[in-house]
Amino acid sequence: MVSFLLIILASFVFIGVVVRTKSIASGRKGPGVMQPMKDIIRLWRKGAVYSKTSSFIFQMAPTIYLASILLAIAMIPHGKLPGIISFDGDFVMFAYILAFGKFWMIISALDTGSSFEGMGASREALYSMLVEPAFFIIMGSFALFTGYTSFYDIFSTLNYGPYISYLIGLLATFVLVLIAMIENSRMPVDDPKTHLELTMIHEVMILDNSGFDLGNIFYATSLKFSMYGALIANLFLGAVPLPISIPSFFIIQFVFAVAVGILESFMARFRMSHNPQFIFILTSVSLLIFFGVLLVLGKFI
Amino acid sequence: MEKHLLEVFNLIGVLLVILIPFLTAKKMGIAVLTAISLQVLLAFILVYRIFSFGFSEFSYSGSFTTGEIPIRFDYLSAWFIMLISFTFLTGTWYGVQYMKKYKDQTSNLALHSIALTLAYTSLINICVVQNALVFLVVWEIMALSSFTIIIFEHYKKDTLKAGINFLIQSHISILLLTIGFIYAKVKTGSYDFALLTNFTTLHPSVGLVLFMLFFTGFAIKSGFVPFHTWLPLAHPAAPAHISGIMSGVIIKIGIFGILRMLTFIKTDFTVIGYFVLLVSIISGLYGVMLAIVQHNLKRLLAYHSIENIGIIGIGIGLGCLGIGTSQQWLIAAGFGGALLHTLNHSLFKSLLFYSTGNIYQLAHTVNIESLGGLIKRIPRSSYLFLVGSLAICGLPPFNGFVSEFFIYSGLFKGIQSSNFLFILVMLFSILALVLIGGLALICFTKAFGIVFLGTNRSHLPDDLADEKPLSVFPLTLIAFFILLIGIFPMLFSSMLLNITNLFQYDLSTLQAANMEETFDNLTAIGLYSLGFMVLTALMLYIRHRVTNRLVSQKDITWGCGYVGDNQKMQYTASSFIRTYRKLVEPILLIKKEKKLAVGMYPGIIEQITHPYDKIERAFIDKPIYYFKRFLNRFVFLQNGNIQSYILYGFIFLTTVFLLPLIIAKIFVVINFLNQL
Repeated sequence: MVSFLLIILASFVFIGVVVRTKSIASGRKGPGVMQPMKDIIRLWRKGAVYSKTSSFIFQMAPTIYLASILLAIAMIPHGKLPGIISFDGDFVMFAYILAFGKFWMIISALDTGSSFEGMGASREALYSMLVEPAFFIIMGSFALFTGYTSFYDIFSTLNYGPYISYLIGLLATFVLVLIAMIENSRMPVDDPKTHLELTMIHEVMILDNSGFDLGNIFYATSLKFSMYGALIANLFLGAVPLPISIPSFFIIQFVFAVAVGILESFMARFRMSHNPQFIFILTSVSLLIFFGVLLVLGKFI
Repeated sequence: MEKHLLEVFNLIGVLLVILIPFLTAKKMGIAVLTAISLQVLLAFILVYRIFSFGFSEFSYSGSFTTGEIPIRFDYLSAWFIMLISFTFLTGTWYGVQYMKKYKDQTSNLALHSIALTLAYTSLINICVVQNALVFLVVWEIMALSSFTIIIFEHYKKDTLKAGINFLIQSHISILLLTIGFIYAKVKTGSYDFALLTNFTTLHPSVGLVLFMLFFTGFAIKSGFVPFHTWLPLAHPAAPAHISGIMSGVIIKIGIFGILRMLTFIKTDFTVIGYFVLLVSIISGLYGVMLAIVQHNLKRLLAYHSIENIGIIGIGIGLGCLGIGTSQQWLIAAGFGGALLHTLNHSLFKSLLFYSTGNIYQLAHTVNIESLGGLIKRIPRSSYLFLVGSLAICGLPPFNGFVSEFFIYSGLFKGIQSSNFLFILVMLFSILALVLIGGLALICFTKAFGIVFLGTNRSHLPDDLADEKPLSVFPLTLIAFFILLIGIFPMLFSSMLLNITNLFQYDLSTLQAANMEETFDNLTAIGLYSLGFMVLTALMLYIRHRVTNRLVSQKDITWGCGYVGDNQKMQYTASSFIRTYRKLVEPILLIKKEKKLAVGMYPGIIEQITHPYDKIERAFIDKPIYYFKRFLNRFVFLQNGNIQSYILYGFIFLTTVFLLPLIIAKIFVVINFLNQL
């Protein structure tokens, strides 16, 4: 429950921090950190225009997408406190619940019968397929390392382990950051600020969404970012008492947001056709983690 | 009791077969539906009795050739009887209304109905007969009757071709099985399956060879790569309800065969486990990779059957590794997952095929590229197809997730082994399963999104029939069970536990705590799936309340300012998978025909892609080509001259008669030489 509330709290300012970092990096003052959230709240109160082609799927999808992310967040523990949902193999359900939301977003993009939105849908489907193995290998490595198969057990025992676990944690952080960037269609893979439909992924999928639904989608992005931030934080938090773990949770989220902002400011988007290769790199890095774990455990032949 | 049930069951089948030729088309439908429903009822009583009172067996005395015919009902057969019966019930139900438009072809329908009844009756008998010879006979009845139901539209050349392809491949399967069974008979002296156990315990290496033989035979039936080539041909050729039945249960009888043999043959299970895992991973990945590039919806679904057989196979392989390394967790998760996925796949695949049948009845085509916007024409079928799609992608809260989760949990437990090879195999199985899931997502977003959403991509015929509520009732029933298993998987846990116990012979009593943990997780995912549904419903309700107060208007889709007709500008199936296709082009075989725009006033440009199967080319087309080239050298023999043919017959007969004499003479000569 604690972690759920913390993630919700962090999500309010996450995108704000990213935007602020980007504006400072480009020499502007930039909006306040609450501005993106204010925009979302304004969207929630606005009316909507729906495409004539679209069906009920188009109207339901953003809400289902948000619900899937909320349920996924409920599975994430905080230090020595388990998440609301915790059972053996919960990370499998975590990934599949997120995929459920994505399925709906993809078909909702196709629902408009647009000549652009299918493009984003197609890319989103492919990239999320390519990024999934990396996540599962990381979790598999941790399962191997700790001998447990749930988020809570893995994260709480990971930190009692030797210092080498922090090294693995560092590599895993790298992969998780990039997974978050890809899943949220951010910089090296996709540029949310581009104004050409042909080069967008996520943004082009939601061209026709407006009002409440668009607010949901934007908020889902913030939530997803802070969800991955919480996963990263869990790699390092360990069983420290709450007065220490809560501030460190926010510090990690803040550092993550700043890192995202800096990454976005100083990196150019890859060519679309190079994205799959890039995403495959994540799988290889996570395989490295896996073999690292095998070495540490002395099971490597 | 079981004996009488089975006898009445078979009797109904036989009576129906005798009765059908005397009926008119309309009465035929009613008769078949009634009789098969009755049979299904009996089958369910049988299943209930087995699961509540345990094993039961009896035997017929048989004849001189067959020997005693043991009939054994155990949990494994009960499980398969259950899923076969359910799919046949919905299939017949759906089929009766699907076949209405063919009501003029009375004799054709009669043949179809007879074959359908025979197929069902023989499938159930396959599950219980444990005499190799009788098993083969029943298997042959099943193969021939499935051939007959596939070629219902035999006046179409493609259908007949696909049917004959199926017939040949299923007979190769029977050939392998026959060799295996006869070898076993020679060694054990009886056709009884149960004797295999003693024999293979004494000779484990022979058992391994025997298992490989059986596995190959059954793999052809179930469609493991590289024996899958008949599947994508046969499914589009058959009528919708037959495709559903075939994909749902006829290919599953191969899985049943593999599992049945695993309960009898005792050999080095680790080797079997690695082997089955390898084959299944290849099947799963290859099946779904090819499925994505298909443009024919039924072919797409057929390739998906191969993928799902791969997933089931991963479960079986995992279970075998569990037996080999004595890890109960893996046995429970592996076999449990495989069995549950068999049931699940039979549900959602038949649902998908039946709703594809509804599409075909509406649009007279199943070409994805020319469909679109059907959600407004046949909403009920669309919802059901969506449920099937979500379930087949393994997404919660539907049943596909439960069985995949089962297998995942086994794999993640298995990864904590201490054997390096074992860990690697587990890792790659996880990777394969994840990739299969991701690719299935691409495939079904494409299938659902292009077929049902957007607007028409070509002109549909004007005489569009609206869907009748009655025609989707069996589909709704399936969808209900899909959701039920997704939310209450624990309903099946005790059944699955009983079946997995069949596989662990030498392990002593079951460590109940271990098992309970597995099934607790099942309860958990069911509960949280329900929670997810409640959460979604709640949020949709909030959305409804909020947006009700707000203004909303309808307008055309955003087209960068273009406001004209955008029917032709929509994203198509080919463009949806283009990025993917570029990525996998080196692995797959996709022929492209492209007309480029040339000159000052270019004509119509077009691009057509024909996906083909590389494995089919290597394993079927190439050998057939060389075989034909070889046989063509003897074409002079077939000269159409009746005198020559009589001569051949004469030569043959003479050879047959003289051969023993000649051999005897040769022996005499050899003996003479030896004495020198």
